[in-house]
Amino acid sequence: MSRGEHVIISRKEVVKTIIHDWIIVPGKILVRNKKAFAGFLILAFYIFIATIGPYITPYPRPWTCDRYLAPTLFKIPPTIDHPLGCDYFGKDIWAQIVWGAPTVLQIAFIAGLITTLVGITVGMVSGFKGGIVDAILMGITDIVMTIPGLPLLIVLATVIRATDPWVVGLMLSVTAWAGLARSIRSQVLSIKQREFIEAAKALGLPTYHIVFFEIMPNLMSYIAINFIFATTGAIYASVGLYFLGVLPFTSFNWGIMLNMAYAQAGAHHRLDTMHYIAAPILAVIGLQVGLILFSYAIDEMFNPRLRTEV
Amino acid sequence: MLNWFIKRALLAVLTILVAASLTFFIVRSMPGDPIEALTQQFIYQYRMSYDEAHKLAMSVAPFIPKGTILEQYIDYMSKFLRGNLGVSISYSTGASVAELLASRIPWTVLIVATALVISFGLGIFIGMIMAYKHGGKLDSALALVFSITRSIPEYLVAIFMLSFFAFQLKWFPIRGAYSVEPGFTLEFIADVLRHAALPILTWVIVHLGGWALGMRGSTVSVLGEDYIAYAKARGIASRRIVFTYIGRNAILPLFTSFMISLGFMFGGSIFIEYIFSYPGVGYMLYQAIQNRDWYLMIGTFDVIVIAVVLGTFIADILYGFLDPRIRRGVR
Repeated sequence: MSRGEHVIISRKEVVKTIIHDWIIVPGKILVRNKKAFAGFLILAFYIFIATIGPYITPYPRPWTCDRYLAPTLFKIPPTIDHPLGCDYFGKDIWAQIVWGAPTVLQIAFIAGLITTLVGITVGMVSGFKGGIVDAILMGITDIVMTIPGLPLLIVLATVIRATDPWVVGLMLSVTAWAGLARSIRSQVLSIKQREFIEAAKALGLPTYHIVFFEIMPNLMSYIAINFIFATTGAIYASVGLYFLGVLPFTSFNWGIMLNMAYAQAGAHHRLDTMHYIAAPILAVIGLQVGLILFSYAIDEMFNPRLRTEV
Repeated sequence: MLNWFIKRALLAVLTILVAASLTFFIVRSMPGDPIEALTQQFIYQYRMSYDEAHKLAMSVAPFIPKGTILEQYIDYMSKFLRGNLGVSISYSTGASVAELLASRIPWTVLIVATALVISFGLGIFIGMIMAYKHGGKLDSALALVFSITRSIPEYLVAIFMLSFFAFQLKWFPIRGAYSVEPGFTLEFIADVLRHAALPILTWVIVHLGGWALGMRGSTVSVLGEDYIAYAKARGIASRRIVFTYIGRNAILPLFTSFMISLGFMFGGSIFIEYIFSYPGVGYMLYQAIQNRDWYLMIGTFDVIVIAVVLGTFIADILYGFLDPRIRRGVR
């Protein structure tokens, strides 16, 4: 039964449609696409670590194992006492990875969300309103795009001294939204010319309806992909800022681990201490790979024209 | 055309002024003052007592700007417009920011411009091959690899390079830009190249993917154009089709990004220069931030912004010349 027909749809059917549209169809797409499925599994693993992990992994305390103990996971026979070994303070490295995961994921998600929302809003308003509003918004966007992002972030980090994930996330989005805003604007401009928008306008449909129900669905896959890219960008920037030591060290974070291993311990100098710096490096790379692989299914999931094939 | 040019040039100048003003106020709202930062640095560096270090730090006082923040801003901007970027407070105290920048810029240009040209050239080449084998095994494998390498932070690659090739294998030096007496000797040039190799390699690994994927997408869309089918039907030699019909049109959009990347190069190499202790603009900016060296910071920012604006500006103008559709007066 299609949604366009003039029948009263019962609540049960609404639930059924929602389950079909948001769980069954994406699930089918995911299982069919091997790369995206691998990405999904990796992301699920990271989310599991970040949410359940701290409850089942003991808090990393100093002097609970030997300094620079080699990973026991790669010993013969392997054990899971200290799977990734220990650092120069005798702290378990796996526990540090687990306890660092929540903040890394939170910051990445929040920054990705804010970047995408600001980008969409500015791009939509600019493309849809046109005229003087467009000129002003795009003027600001152009200036933001020329300000070098990373140096600005380093300065901002020392100005704000942010510790709350929301504040860090907000800070990371300060220049990141501009590129997305520009491309959303040009997408809106091209969609605005299509017949179905003209038809909707001729029917006298309100602006919010045209924006949210006519234009948005056509941009959804684009927006979702850019959300993933914004998230990977935020991971890059936040871990990098902690690595440089310009953000205040509060709880555990892979960037702080990197800073400790690189600047304090010099773990990259010798082979027998290498596992200390390798752990946060691989944790970050794994998360980035998971996000990129997962993005392979996004276009199929959100593009209204591709979805019908399922 | 002239009208467009004047408008575009005015916009560029306006952007530089706004960005320079913004950075002035952001930098000046940083907590901590240079004297305190310098005192701490002396205590750490020379193992001095606090009083001794403080006295030494106070000797830079004549270089610390005075007056209200607004007076300082007006003073700074009027000097900025005349090309005077002020003096450094901490980093070799009293040296002019412009001179410090001039001594650092060549090193950044050496590693980043070289890396940019290599990754652009190689990326264009690989991207075109991928586009011709579009949908094949090689294409999809490379597309996957590149989309992953593109998202790996360069500081992670740099740490890996440093510990593997410099510390373990000892093939390359671990820090700095040169270790022999500077001069126009073969030995010095070889030494500089050996020091630049790992930073360049790191940059190329991270950025190659973006160029290759960009070129692939661009070429695939050109391949679908009618004029390519028509050129084939006319029996034009396939080499000519590949280079003048496809290659040229596919590179055009990437060329703009190339110019913009050239502009951004001073701001984008902080991590690499920090890890390899390479004496470029990025490393100096990092040290300036640590030392609260206000004018050195603002000056470096301004140079980066000017480079970006110039890069975009030149890209816009050249695009007009390179793209025949725009050149023949459509604009």
